[in-house]
Amino acid sequence: MNRSETTRSFTMATWLGWQVESNWTDPFLFAVYVIIKPLASAAILVVMYSIITGGAYNSPLFPYIYLGNAFYTYVGAVMAGVSWAVIDDREHYKTLKYMYIAPINIPFYWLGRGVSRFLIGTVAVIVILTAGVLFLNVPLDLTQVNWGLFFVSLVIGVTMLAMMGLILASITLMVAHHFFLIGEAVAGALYLFSGAIFPLEVLPAWLRPVGYAMPITYWLELMRRSLIGDVAQAFPTLAQYSNLQLLGILLGLTVVFAIVSVFTFRWCDHRARELGLIDRVSNY
Amino acid sequence: MTHFAIETKDLSRIYKIRGNKKEKQIRKELVALENVTLTVERGELFGLLGPNGAGKTTLIKILTTLLAPTSGWARVAGYDVIQHPNLVRPRINMVSGGESSGYGLLTVRENLWMFSQFYGMPSKEANQRIVELLKMVGLEDRIHTKSSDLSTGLRQKMNIVRGFLTDPEVLFLDEPTLGLDVGAARDVRKLIRSWLEADKSRTLLLTTHYMVEAEELCDRVAIINKGRVLACDTPANLKRNLQRDAIFEIETSPLNGLTPQLLQNQPEVRKAALTDIEGGARLELILQEEAALASVINILTQKNVKVRRLTKREPTLEDVFMDLVGQKMEDVEKEEAPHAG
Ligand SMILES: Nc1ncnc2c1ncn2[C@@H]1O[C@H](COP(=O)(O)OP(=O)(O)O)[C@@H](O)[C@H]1O
Ligand SMILES: [Mg+2]
Repeated sequence: MNRSETTRSFTMATWLGWQVESNWTDPFLFAVYVIIKPLASAAILVVMYSIITGGAYNSPLFPYIYLGNAFYTYVGAVMAGVSWAVIDDREHYKTLKYMYIAPINIPFYWLGRGVSRFLIGTVAVIVILTAGVLFLNVPLDLTQVNWGLFFVSLVIGVTMLAMMGLILASITLMVAHHFFLIGEAVAGALYLFSGAIFPLEVLPAWLRPVGYAMPITYWLELMRRSLIGDVAQAFPTLAQYSNLQLLGILLGLTVVFAIVSVFTFRWCDHRARELGLIDRVSNY
Repeated sequence: MTHFAIETKDLSRIYKIRGNKKEKQIRKELVALENVTLTVERGELFGLLGPNGAGKTTLIKILTTLLAPTSGWARVAGYDVIQHPNLVRPRINMVSGGESSGYGLLTVRENLWMFSQFYGMPSKEANQRIVELLKMVGLEDRIHTKSSDLSTGLRQKMNIVRGFLTDPEVLFLDEPTLGLDVGAARDVRKLIRSWLEADKSRTLLLTTHYMVEAEELCDRVAIINKGRVLACDTPANLKRNLQRDAIFEIETSPLNGLTPQLLQNQPEVRKAALTDIEGGARLELILQEEAALASVINILTQKNVKVRRLTKREPTLEDVFMDLVGQKMEDVEKEEAPHAG
């Protein structure tokens, strides 16, 4: 692998992604998009929670749900951010074929295109967490946070999400335009299977294995534990694992997903070239 | 390293077309390229001339690593496009005309600069070259315009500049002047010539269905129809074979049911084509010898068709095409139009 090729693919794609993402004529609207939208979705969850539990904000279940939902923002942002570039370039800008024949590393290009959504997602997560601490009594104490665990988990987790994004991007190369929501759709489906807003025990037994196979499940648990240690008890099954064990599982699954993403890309790339899909534009 | 810029051997491409929802089982196969064997030397300006649907774009896609051939092989800049796409890509670039690609939210300069960076050009050098090239196509006053604010013609010019910007060993231009007005097309042809003159090792392959463009621009031309290369030579050599023949254009009153086939049945009439014009018809005839004209005039007289104008002319590539295919290129396109995808 040519290092400077991967570097320039990633950095220029990051630049391009930022230009595309921040292309709001009105900075105020951009701020609304970055701040109000995540707050609104968190608010819906809080209202639902208070109706169902009668306002039991002091139960450990509340921070469990609140943090799970907050960090789940990254799932949609990173997966959709990485895979959306394929559709955007092919259908909208009609540049996919020119990117494809350029001397760049396509997976690193896609990863770069996802960076801006990751950054915007980070702002959203910070906004949601701040609102939670200020207005909803989420017991987040910055002096009690296990920062080491937090950052290590965050880095591995985001890498894992990026690998899932690559898998989606590769599949997107093969499918038609009407799958344009594939990133959001997959993120939405996994929301229920990854212990974001309720422990997997709530699911019917035959659906639980999906959740246990998903690295997102372990990652969210690690994020919660690093920020608020005792929330872990709200997730009975994972409670028996130590932080280090969870980290090991997350790392292992991330490696698995990375390997799968490499092979998925190779296969989809090969097939797309055979079928002539690189520059196909759907006629809608 | 081989001295060929492009080399193909028995290159074929078959598209499998799935029927629509009703006829899902029916799978049609469309042969877009059939056993194409070509070589292009370094330094050449090579033209692929053929009607719409001939397979020109398909060939370019294979050569630029966008599409896999069904069989056969191809080498570009010395490397196999299937085995070593990563060695081919840094050495080529490609632009297709007749489409307005590009990031509309970026300015002309940003669009071009970004691509130069993907090719690993030093930023400063790239910026100088962008200005130079934009000047050559008369686009320098738009350098800071968002490309979404450009007309389609100017966008196409920007894209053509993108192709030249990275100074590839082999540049592919797919119908570069398609849809451009006369002046813009001239700018583009000028750019093509001066780029090739500046460095004799540069190679350019362009496709076109404009005969004149192929004739005045290209060192060598391959005439392609229905996926097959019918002839490949310099424009002069291609025409030389017809020089012995006599080519006539006759404008007549309405033909009263006379068909080109009827004329072609005459042994000395090699090819005949017909175009309707106002109040009559124009016949283009390739005759084996001038004397055959008499029998043609005879038939016209018998059918009560009046000759209004008669010209003899030198052969053009259009005539070469007609001689090879038996139809004028525009007539082939009219026939193809209902099926073309
Ligand atoms: N992706 C595709 N799927 C099916 N048929 C195609 C596809 N692309 C091109 N064709 C067909 O292949 C033939 C050659 O097309 P093309 O290479 O675009 O010709 P040209 O560029 O000379 O106009 C045409 O009949 C066209 O309809
Ligand atoms: Mg074409």
